[in-house]
Amino acid sequence: MKTRKDASHSHQKHIPKPRPNPRWGKEEETNIFAERVKLFRTGKLSEDDFRRFRLQHGAYGSRLQMDYSMVRIKVPGGEILPIQLEKLASLSEAFSIGSAHVSTRQNIQLHWVQLEDVSEVMRGLVEVGLTSREACGNTVRNVMCSHLAGVCPDEEFDSTPYSKAIARFFLRNPMCQNLPRKFKINFACCEKHGLVRIADIGLVPMTKDGSRGFRIYLGGGLGAASFIGHLLEEFTSEDKLLATCMAVIRLFDRNGNRENMARNRMRYLVNEMGWEKFQKMALKERSIVMMTTAHSTESMFSLAAEEDDQFLPKEIRNGTKLRMYSERDTSNTSAYERWVHSNVIAQKQAGYYTVFVTLGAGDITANQLRVLAGTIRELSMEGAARNTPQQNFAIRYVNANDLPEFYNRLASVGLSNPGALTITSAVGCSGTTSCNLAITNSHRMAKEIQYKFLELGLDTDDMLLDSTIKISGCPNSCGQHEIATIGFFGGASRIGNVMAPTYTMMFGGSAGERGELGRVIMRVPAKRVIDTVLKIIEIYRNEHSEGETLRHWVDKVLKGEAIGSVHDIEDIKRALADVVQLPSVDQHPEAYQDYGSDTRFSAKTARGECAA
Amino acid sequence: MTSKKALLMGSQKQDKTHRGRGSGLESKYYSIPDTVCDVNTLSILIRKKNVRVVDVRKEEEYVREHIPGAVSLPLAKILEKESPARCIELLQDIGVNEDLPVVTYDDTFGALAARVAWTFQYVGHQHSSILEVTFAQWKSMGFRTEKKLNSYKWQPHPLRINQSIYADLAYVEEAASNKVLIDSRERLNFLSEHIPEAVNLPYTMLRADGKVLSKSDDIRRLLQNRGIHENSELVTYCGSVGTLSGLVYYGLKLAGLKNVRLYAKSFKEWKALGKPKAEFKDANYWDLSAE
Repeated sequence: MKTRKDASHSHQKHIPKPRPNPRWGKEEETNIFAERVKLFRTGKLSEDDFRRFRLQHGAYGSRLQMDYSMVRIKVPGGEILPIQLEKLASLSEAFSIGSAHVSTRQNIQLHWVQLEDVSEVMRGLVEVGLTSREACGNTVRNVMCSHLAGVCPDEEFDSTPYSKAIARFFLRNPMCQNLPRKFKINFACCEKHGLVRIADIGLVPMTKDGSRGFRIYLGGGLGAASFIGHLLEEFTSEDKLLATCMAVIRLFDRNGNRENMARNRMRYLVNEMGWEKFQKMALKERSIVMMTTAHSTESMFSLAAEEDDQFLPKEIRNGTKLRMYSERDTSNTSAYERWVHSNVIAQKQAGYYTVFVTLGAGDITANQLRVLAGTIRELSMEGAARNTPQQNFAIRYVNANDLPEFYNRLASVGLSNPGALTITSAVGCSGTTSCNLAITNSHRMAKEIQYKFLELGLDTDDMLLDSTIKISGCPNSCGQHEIATIGFFGGASRIGNVMAPTYTMMFGGSAGERGELGRVIMRVPAKRVIDTVLKIIEIYRNEHSEGETLRHWVDKVLKGEAIGSVHDIEDIKRALADVVQLPSVDQHPEAYQDYGSDTRFSAKTARGECAA
Repeated sequence: MTSKKALLMGSQKQDKTHRGRGSGLESKYYSIPDTVCDVNTLSILIRKKNVRVVDVRKEEEYVREHIPGAVSLPLAKILEKESPARCIELLQDIGVNEDLPVVTYDDTFGALAARVAWTFQYVGHQHSSILEVTFAQWKSMGFRTEKKLNSYKWQPHPLRINQSIYADLAYVEEAASNKVLIDSRERLNFLSEHIPEAVNLPYTMLRADGKVLSKSDDIRRLLQNRGIHENSELVTYCGSVGTLSGLVYYGLKLAGLKNVRLYAKSFKEWKALGKPKAEFKDANYWDLSAE
């Protein structure tokens, strides 16, 4: 018989049963890949044919070194299991650089993998049910789902199984193996969270008269030219979900531009055709799809196969209630309190919390991955993690009583930085660390900002909490700079007669269903970015009106409605004119170098393989 | 395999395979290949007192606890005055004659053990293998340890330099054109700078979960993917004294490669002498590391 003490102990250490292998990967693909590499190396396969094949399998060429690849691993719906994190740890040590990189589209990337070893990475992925198939190339890319789906207090239902069923339906599906260009599908949980307006297809779950369905947005996307998606209809019932997605992909496949690589995403087609015409065609195509799709095809879309809520606990009765950030004074708190303040949020399931693990621009070492996996296994009642578009991990279903232990385990491997849900957690694409298209080291820039802002304690200022900073190393938006409160994209400028890395600064972008694109403000040299943002915060702190957060103030500046000396965009440009100036190159040559470099800056790029 | 019968069967099978190739020690019942010794074979050999187990960790670690019967011979002691004659003396002092197999182990993922075992092979003790696990793993698997300090009676051992596994600077300079130079360091170090024409085979690639080296088939596949085959001529090097590359040396031997040499003075000497280096400067790859 258990004593009372034993019983409470066993509750603490309840370990959810491991989930089944999701089987996204296929072993035969690893052998085929290894064979193709040999054919390519011996000149029996042309470079173009091999590139297409390689991208289809998720291996993207590394910066100016085509003997190396970035292997992009799809994480459908962003849901990743402890055993998968542990495998990624081993693979990163064996074949990559000993760390993995969380992307802004819920992929996990292993960089600098030798081409000859890509098949070995794939082999390891298959063992734990992951795949890199169709993570690059002109295919349906990783299907995203809000990391809060299933726990978000504002959602109507959990969209996770829908996102995974859609991902499985299109993976290796002959209808999308050779699209005009890549294709992105994003699911939200509610109108606030998720990236539905910047996807080819964005879906927000909703119910109407008690039945489930979605608000579906089409033709959005970020890139050199960005567009916000259009609402297809007021309500798309769940039984039309598959047909709608199929119809849109068919339409794109048939009508998309296959000539001009710079303008062949679906958003250009929508824009050129005009939304109303595209909308009509999409609805008509859907009727055809619904009338002609074979039952056997339809049955490949299985929601039931992806629903695993039998693994989820329900609410905890009499669970410990945690005082959330809005209820507490955060000055002079301990490191733990500071972390809880900016990394933990309450779920709709009373008594459970979602913990965010702060990474630096998405990087996590093999050792950290292992400790994180163990922590998830023991302290998340869901036994899984979600990776987030902010390049962090969200660990859900954590009991309030377990939070101190959770924190201690993260702290033991340097993962306990606060600020995951604040302005300090800057997003940065991989930039010149590995990307052919990058002009600047956006990756390091994001880390520098995070380091400096945490040092200054900006994570404890709740007025900055809902603001974001996102950085791309070129105009192609992998860093999603257009949906940041303050966004930056990299470029090169001649200053005096010296080339220097610079960023174009944008204001006022936002995610969610009412997401808007940011507007260009001005160019800022790389080495002046941190001081420029700090200056903006200083002006905001001096001039904002009562209760107005930085984000709201930025919106008012854009509309010319701010109340202080900085009233509109022209005012902010004037106010920042001094801080963006570089000192003379003779006295400060380092000011003209990029972060992470001690040599003269030059903008070197090569052909992109999956730009935009 | 846990039962004694299974152990015997396993070992006999191994015996047969290796006899065919003429390598390894062929005692009456058990043999160990000259590369990696598995834990079961080692425990049987220890019981039969038919092996010299060499602990290459620091002496104080040995004093605290070690594998039964082991003697202490830290790597530092070998590197102190690394001359073949001195190495033979060390072998003689721990009672190793030409026929007694030696198994080395460490707690540094096998790299130190490999460097010591290679040194023994170089001075003429062919039967030198590394334990398949580290000391910590040995212990966690439930195998016995002891605190008793062991010493053994002096035994004669001839000095027979094995040049076929050794590479010096001159050899490496030659090798770049017609042999395969293997850089055993981790990827980021390799990308920063390496000997021109070298290929990167990080030691981390050759290890498996819970073992210092992967299975020979797995290593062979990695090599085949790189176009390296059984008869390729290889030279391994690493950053300083040939430890990581010593481990890779053993990994390659385990995979059945016949011609492998170790450039023990490695990239440290190469750089100190101002030899040419290949560098990769067009990417800030280092910033991806989350260290």
